[in-house]
Amino acid sequence: MLAMVYRGPYKVRVEEKDIPTVEHPNDAIVRVTLAAICGSDLHLYHGMMPDTRVGHTFGHEFIGVVEQVGSSVQNLKAGDRVMVPFNVYCGSCYFCARGLYSNCHNVNPNATAVGGIYGYSHTCGGYDGGQAEFVRVPFADVGPSVIPEWLDDEDALLCTDALATGYFGAQLGDIVEGDTVAVFGAGPVGLFAAKSAWFMGAGRVIVIDHLDYRLEKAREFAHAETFNFGKHKDIVLEMKRATGYLGADVVIDAVGAEADGNLLQHVTSAKLKLQGGSPVALNWAIDSVRKGGTISVMGAYGPMFSAVKFGDAMNKGLTLNMNQCPVKRQWPRLFEHIRDGHLKPNDIVTHRIPLEHVDEGYHMFSAKLDNMIKPVIVPTAS
Amino acid sequence: MTYTAQKPPLARSSEELRAEIPGWGVDLDPANRPAFPQERFDPGATGAHWDFPERQSSNGYRERSIEHEFLTPVFGTSVPLRGVSGAIRRLAYERFSEARAAHWLLLLAGDRVDAAESHLRSFATTRPDNPFTETGLRSEISHHGIASRRGRIDVRHQWMDPILVGGPWVLAGVAVVKIARRLARRGAHTPGA
Repeated sequence: MLAMVYRGPYKVRVEEKDIPTVEHPNDAIVRVTLAAICGSDLHLYHGMMPDTRVGHTFGHEFIGVVEQVGSSVQNLKAGDRVMVPFNVYCGSCYFCARGLYSNCHNVNPNATAVGGIYGYSHTCGGYDGGQAEFVRVPFADVGPSVIPEWLDDEDALLCTDALATGYFGAQLGDIVEGDTVAVFGAGPVGLFAAKSAWFMGAGRVIVIDHLDYRLEKAREFAHAETFNFGKHKDIVLEMKRATGYLGADVVIDAVGAEADGNLLQHVTSAKLKLQGGSPVALNWAIDSVRKGGTISVMGAYGPMFSAVKFGDAMNKGLTLNMNQCPVKRQWPRLFEHIRDGHLKPNDIVTHRIPLEHVDEGYHMFSAKLDNMIKPVIVPTAS
Repeated sequence: MTYTAQKPPLARSSEELRAEIPGWGVDLDPANRPAFPQERFDPGATGAHWDFPERQSSNGYRERSIEHEFLTPVFGTSVPLRGVSGAIRRLAYERFSEARAAHWLLLLAGDRVDAAESHLRSFATTRPDNPFTETGLRSEISHHGIASRRGRIDVRHQWMDPILVGGPWVLAGVAVVKIARRLARRGAHTPGA
């Protein structure tokens, strides 16, 4: 089969690999029909995530058709059209039993600090991902779901991470009616978080980024006010001015490890890998939120330390909520939102790229070329 | 006003927002929020039909964090440890917990060694690494590389990327040429050559 393969920092290519096989009785083998590149894939692509091995296939956002199932699989059969959450999880450990699917303890031997994620390095379990023609899906009775007949492929694809994570991020903000919600990052997750903040009764939604074309999307798709931090000397001061010097009630960090806005922070993390991530957006969140406010973090950071302004967070009495999204918990309610016409997930898809051109897809997404917001990968076999 | 008890007024009332924004307020009630609260004991909700999963067979060594009591019952099998990078990674896993910076720094060092080893190994195959195609540079021409960057603040550091990616290749090339020259010179000075 053809698969995207990592060849070292900033280098990927498509290679012929063996089709995965059933390695556990509850495995399924899925023929991938659509995959996507996630902003967090760029942390791998840039060599920031420890134990990212040459030869690894990325891709934690994918849907497909079940090709084969293991002997203990009860809920799926060959031919089912399925969506697969980015979490690999067992469904039975201490954490899964409490709904913390992204923190599963039975699927990632390489680390206890993070659960299992498809195609996201050995630090996240060493599972090959879905930017390929076929993928192994462990715990087929737990993670994947048959895609409802009425749901478009691209909408289903976006439910596997970006939409679920954005919606989850808004929930982590504990928004109450009339709250002012600021979202750092106008990528796919930030756009969905901004959109979801309205569902929870926000009185005002502000999106901050440095890319004008993404801010335009935030205005159009998420009905948000926008600020380009590249055009302001001090974005925190602007946030204070914009909120009557109170600060936002809730701030959502939808940026994560490669935040721009401070050259030293960016270079020491994204280029020199001396931090687990550039905490620029997180520090701005801490300084922009009002005292006693809430910060939601679902932008991804690496496992190393980062220079976070923790003193300000403590002195302001902030609540910090964070986690990787337990994707499948979000689906029933998200399906209702999509059916009711509250949002159309694939409005944010800007590029559809054949798997054979995945090298260009990664470069374009990394360099933000051609007004790219969300690239979808189309495998040949689909 | 921030300096008095009341919150600064909002530009639009809830009624106006409900009329203007699709879905406004439909999840106002936390009971409608599927991740609220984050931790909710419901072991029957997952579809698992086991107390502890059957174990996946491990053929040979599988590294694990020493913060795990045992190898997890299921694990990924992409790219097993190999070469010098494998030895570095094995050291990181066997010696240091995830709490230690040495664990992660060794893994990052293993990544860099892995890339070098893999590039070298690729030259012994029919498909050697090609930094021009693998970096997707063609898209700079086909997808408006210059126009896309106009007015952006990240150009302040994007110039570093070609150095970070191409630098090791250039240094390796210079080293190869120097070694080749030295060997040629030594061959020329060998008696009888």
